[in-house]
Amino acid sequence: MIYSTIGYYSLFLGLFVSLLIVFFSVKNFQNSKIISANILSFTFLQFFLVVISFLCLIISFVFSDFSNETVFNNSHSTKPLFYKIAGTWGNHEGSLLLWLFVLTFFIFIFILKTKNQPIKYKLLTLIFQQIIIIGFFFFLIKTSNPFNHLYPTPSEGLGLNPILQDPALAIHPPILYLGYVGSSIIFSSALAATSLNLVSKKWASHIKRWILISWFFLTIGILLGSIWAYYELGWGGFWFWDPVENVSLMPWLALTTLLHCILVLERKSILSSWVIILSIATFTLSMCGTFLVRSGILNSVHTFANDPERGLFILIFLFVLIFLSLFIFFFFHKNEKKTSHSFSWLSKETSILVNNWFMMYFLSVVLIGTVYPIFLDVMISKQISVGPPFYNKLIIPFLIPFLLMMAIGPKLKWTISKLQDEKYLISLLVISIILAYLILKNFNQSILINTVLVSSAFYLFFISLRDFFVRKNRNISQNIAHFGFSLLILSILFNNLFSSETITNLKVGETFENSDTKIVFESVNQKQEKNYKSIIANFTIYNSNGDKDKLSPELRIYNQPIIVTSEADIKTTIMKDKFIVFNLVQNQEFFNVRYQVKPFMLWIWLSVILISIGGFLSILKRRL
Amino acid sequence: MKKKLLPFFVVIIFGIVFIVFYKGLEDTNIYTPDLNVQKDIPIFNSKDFYSEKVLKSSDIFEFDKTYLLNIWSSWCVPCRQEHPLLMTLKQNDKIDIIGLNYKDNKKNAVKFLQELGNPYEKIFIDLDGTQAIEWGAYGVPESFLIYNNEIIKKYIGPLNEDLISEIKYLIK
Repeated sequence: MIYSTIGYYSLFLGLFVSLLIVFFSVKNFQNSKIISANILSFTFLQFFLVVISFLCLIISFVFSDFSNETVFNNSHSTKPLFYKIAGTWGNHEGSLLLWLFVLTFFIFIFILKTKNQPIKYKLLTLIFQQIIIIGFFFFLIKTSNPFNHLYPTPSEGLGLNPILQDPALAIHPPILYLGYVGSSIIFSSALAATSLNLVSKKWASHIKRWILISWFFLTIGILLGSIWAYYELGWGGFWFWDPVENVSLMPWLALTTLLHCILVLERKSILSSWVIILSIATFTLSMCGTFLVRSGILNSVHTFANDPERGLFILIFLFVLIFLSLFIFFFFHKNEKKTSHSFSWLSKETSILVNNWFMMYFLSVVLIGTVYPIFLDVMISKQISVGPPFYNKLIIPFLIPFLLMMAIGPKLKWTISKLQDEKYLISLLVISIILAYLILKNFNQSILINTVLVSSAFYLFFISLRDFFVRKNRNISQNIAHFGFSLLILSILFNNLFSSETITNLKVGETFENSDTKIVFESVNQKQEKNYKSIIANFTIYNSNGDKDKLSPELRIYNQPIIVTSEADIKTTIMKDKFIVFNLVQNQEFFNVRYQVKPFMLWIWLSVILISIGGFLSILKRRL
Repeated sequence: MKKKLLPFFVVIIFGIVFIVFYKGLEDTNIYTPDLNVQKDIPIFNSKDFYSEKVLKSSDIFEFDKTYLLNIWSSWCVPCRQEHPLLMTLKQNDKIDIIGLNYKDNKKNAVKFLQELGNPYEKIFIDLDGTQAIEWGAYGVPESFLIYNNEIIKKYIGPLNEDLISEIKYLIK
């Protein structure tokens, strides 16, 4: 009760402090010898108020205060404490509060930590960031107040959707948001730097760390979501090309491109237009994602908004930001002088530029795949759904030159370069092709496109592997990231090519057998847990090579709300995952059993971790 | 010339995107019922409260009979208040009371009925609240007076003595 009131009024105060900050910043801006002390304290105060508000919501969840509408809709008294807390951001209102939390946290750290940059630039960044913050305060208070009061107080809540009751998913939103919303700082700072004509090497090296931090968290956040989807959604995939996944992938693609551009800008002060547009694009895509997901314009697992007013608000706010940034870009941005920085066709600059175009291509494929259905629906009232085949057809062929560029690019020098140790480059290419051919032929998969794809992934793999030993840690973070990427592509390819699946209906005690596996349905146990009842099936699986595995997938029947979820049992080994999941068949005594062998699953996760370690090392490097 | 055209084009493109999104927002996929005053009762399939078998609306509501559809929930405090009144109304032969158990936990709901009595001829379950939306309900409790498969009157909030006598008067 009292916490809801405190939380609600801290939001109001936070909004008020925003206005104060803007006022003082503008005042300070005209007389900018020194940044006024109260700006820093106000920024802190604002962050503090949002923290208070956030804590109040968490407390309401922990004590199951059902007079709070958000708690009532998303929690239940029998839920374990951990998920009561995680439930705070597992809903629309709470997750927007998390947005605000990250927004205010990042700007506070930014103001605190940014040194050696012009005062005007800091102030202007603060003002732009406050515009975003004010927008979100209004949005939260007006349309999605997390502290709505319910009277009479219900005695019990409606419960959190059980598929969200999962450890990976509990920490997925905060991590993802650090990356997603963290890009707001890049946006504000890019606008400030453009308006003041400060886009330079110095700015690039300063903003680079923020880009890396956002990128790191975004990568980990996407990874967590993907791991969750793999073992919770129950059909063994890890990426579904669901609109929600796409909207997290788009900022990631933009951010990755930005990361490469900023490196060029830092060294050579070129590509400044790229950097600014990408900085704007990254955050706009994040906002656009929020709009698509929260307005209900797309249907997806994450859609929990039900209020058209919300969608309209974000839409208008999004376009205000877009037009504001377009205005600033077109009126203030000055292109660098072309003459002083020409570079040869064979140089690091060219390779990064080529990389950019590829990334932009991938980005547009994903963007079109995501928003095209909306356009079609509006224009000719026809509904289509864009699925994996679309993305596979458009993205996979272009991965081949992309991978090759990734192998060669880092070896080139700035401005003008010659290919060095061609012998290695060519011999590794030959080895990759032969290896790919042999592997695929062995498994009867030697279609030309597969062979070429696998060989180019192998090529990047070998080249980056060799670089660990040859180039004496010159750019260890880049090397790790690229190596991780090659590993990722290889694992995904092998995973797709060599996965096998058995689907069958079994009664308890029955056995299913085919040429290489034998599945024995041993028994079924029941167990009563705190907030669900679980049915555990015991299977023994015999492989043709004599291996025996015991796997026990589970069905959970949650009591509040009543939802059945199936928990896969996965046996992970270095080389492959054995994945089994079972389901009730309506009104029948047998169960539907699905058994999959998925090679290299573990390596998909590991390689993404490797990629993010690369980014993480790069963050540390500047500190040393 | 080139420099001036580019911003112009970009703005136009984004303008179009805005319009499309705006239009798209109007027919969202989110479930929104028609707001007009619905005369005929909605046709639906739902689950029976006790047997959990599928219940068709056409099986419940016969043509020339009067019904009171009552939306209730065990967690709703005003429902507790109006419940004794429904029990007395049950005595009246001319009307059948149909319950719609709104977003409730079955265990609690059964307990609620054991404690206060069951005035309902039939109860159907509305776990996610969409049925109530279909009826055009604003919340719990809410009651609809139905005759000839048409909604005659809608009572928002708990029923009281006056309203009960009004219902009794209407069904005469």
